[in-house]
Amino acid sequence: MLFEITTAVLDPQRLIDHVRKDESGAVALFSGVVRNETHGRRVLYLEYDAYPEMAERVMREIAEEAMTRWPITDVAVQHRTGRLEIGETSLLIAVSAPHRKEAFEACHALVDKFKEVVPVWKKEVWEGGEEWIEGEAVRHE
Amino acid sequence: MKAKVRLFARLGELAGTREAEVEVGEGLTAGEVYQALCRRYPALRGLNSSIRYAVNGEYAEPGRAVGEGDEVALIPPVSGGANAV
Repeated sequence: MLFEITTAVLDPQRLIDHVRKDESGAVALFSGVVRNETHGRRVLYLEYDAYPEMAERVMREIAEEAMTRWPITDVAVQHRTGRLEIGETSLLIAVSAPHRKEAFEACHALVDKFKEVVPVWKKEVWEGGEEWIEGEAVRHE
Repeated sequence: MKAKVRLFARLGELAGTREAEVEVGEGLTAGEVYQALCRRYPALRGLNSSIRYAVNGEYAEPGRAVGEGDEVALIPPVSGGANAV
């Protein structure tokens, strides 16, 4: 398993090589890529902030939970922080499994869960303004 | 008796700092650490309902006790991944 918050350019092949095992017949790879618009607003670039030590720990917890739910063989996640230009990759999640169905399902679930709990934030910068995007607030009981 | 506080994303910008120290005396809760920071950085006020807390890198309830040497993080709603993927 590999969990990394980094300012470096992400390398999908490195993640694929990391999760591939001899018993893996499938590797599902999700790439989150910076898009040039959100809600009709032209985005110039994104800036990511993270709590790296905690983010890496939370990613590991999510992945370990996924390993108990699906017969998958390995998981690797990288999230880039700092300034990212349009078209650059911010998030990579690679999942290997004996068969494609489990690889796809687990990868999809990991992306969703990741966006709920991993302490990473993005700021959208457009012409004339910027805004920290905040997900759904988790209410305290 | 001090605890370290880390502020991320919008909270760091509102406070104008990403790190602070708070006097915890005989002990404060994570929520009280936030209140103490609000007195120092009034721009942080009013965000109580959206902030989550982490103590020493793990999510914690607002009532979680904080002591000397602990690291408290104020966590705004997370938004990792790409745009709205």
